[in-house]
Amino acid sequence: MARRIPRTAQILADLRSPAPDAVVSDLPGSLVTMCAASVPVTGAGIIVMSDAGPGAMLASTDGAAQIMEELQFTLGEGPCVDASTSGRPVLQPDLARTAAQRWPGFTAGALAAGVRAIFAFPLQVGGIRVGVLDLYRDVTGVLNDLELAEALAFADAATSILLQLQSETDGVTGDPGLVAMIEDRAEVHQATGMVSVQAGLALAPSLVLLRAHSYAAERPILDVAREVIGRTLRFDPEDDHHE
Amino acid sequence: MTREQRLARVFVELADTLVAQFDVIDFLHTLTERCVELLAVDAAGLMLTDQRGQLRVIASSAESARLVEIFELQHSEGPCMDCFHSGQQVVNVGEDEIRARWPGFAAEAADLGFRSAHALPMRLRDEVIGAVNLFTRASRRLDDDDIAVGQAMADVATIGLLQERVGRQKDVLAEQLQMALNSRVLIEQAKGVLAERSRITPAEAFVVMRSYARRQKRTLTSVAAAVVDHTLQAAELGAR
Repeated sequence: MARRIPRTAQILADLRSPAPDAVVSDLPGSLVTMCAASVPVTGAGIIVMSDAGPGAMLASTDGAAQIMEELQFTLGEGPCVDASTSGRPVLQPDLARTAAQRWPGFTAGALAAGVRAIFAFPLQVGGIRVGVLDLYRDVTGVLNDLELAEALAFADAATSILLQLQSETDGVTGDPGLVAMIEDRAEVHQATGMVSVQAGLALAPSLVLLRAHSYAAERPILDVAREVIGRTLRFDPEDDHHE
Repeated sequence: MTREQRLARVFVELADTLVAQFDVIDFLHTLTERCVELLAVDAAGLMLTDQRGQLRVIASSAESARLVEIFELQHSEGPCMDCFHSGQQVVNVGEDEIRARWPGFAAEAADLGFRSAHALPMRLRDEVIGAVNLFTRASRRLDDDDIAVGQAMADVATIGLLQERVGRQKDVLAEQLQMALNSRVLIEQAKGVLAERSRITPAEAFVVMRSYARRQKRTLTSVAAAVVDHTLQAAELGAR
């Protein structure tokens, strides 16, 4: 079977191509615009997590996203709040029919703003939770299989961007390259856990560290992960992250 | 014990798990272990669609990296991929046919000494959400009864994954699948944290967390979350 470029990697490349020198912090805005054009929704927003739960809106396509964020922030309820606290996507294809009991205040406000369906995807890698991607539209209806796959690919791309942004704040050195951070290999996640103990870091910067090492060494991240698990490579705190 | 008695015992055990303190990963892991015992196969793995076009490993009968890899490698070709795409059982595929159908996968299977492969679909109405993969080292054929038992196990896996939400909508299926896949990642991260703290292997860390969860009547996922955020220390878990 021919190996396709994974959709998430393609999205990240497309985001970078119009302005290769753009800073990473500009990318969330481009991503929500591209996402709203690729998935049949009216608009999209990215909310970043704070320690207390859903925090500020990082990027959004238009006014309705702002209204929904304010509603959820003020009322402390809504799909985005649930997605971030439970780690589960919250897919509401018909707000008027299914959401009124679950979030009475939010639903009334969202319907008044013309929103009929909401799909909230937690941006997470296991125990790493960086935010939520909110998609909404002015008509009801479920996302079909292809639309859901596309939305999930955008969520994965958003997770990669947020991880990189966050690692800059955390002071993790080294450019991991803007690549898909979502790995389907168990050993990469095990190594992330081991590195977090060695380096005394949270899981998110630990994953970025592994990525940066793989990028700088021009080696697959799986090979790097196996060396960590085999205890031939360590990431100790505050050195150059090599043995 | 006759096979019927063993089978009845396994279904009672699985039904019990479905009631109290349900943890989807723990449940599916138990199910793969029971597949190995009931069907006298050498390895069992369970793959779920990630809804992005690939299959991901959600449970395997042993946590050794080599075994998990043989399941992971099937994201592009292999018995699970064929079963997932066709929705049909793939059974009693022997060495020669493995080489002919999936050349890339065949070398890995041969390395582990697997000479016969099987995959049974996890179906929900008209949708296939994953597959149960079985391997044997001996070139032994599964008979019709074995295959029926294996398919029943795949069906129970589907029920377990969807739990009480089985009657509900497509969007709920997506929510459950994504949640289960992320729990698996969390457990892998926790295995790494505990392995480093206690100087044990990730596979040993899995056993430690699972035993602790059983003793304390907590879910495996909640134990993994506590390991990852350091609210549960290695000493409390009974690890070295």
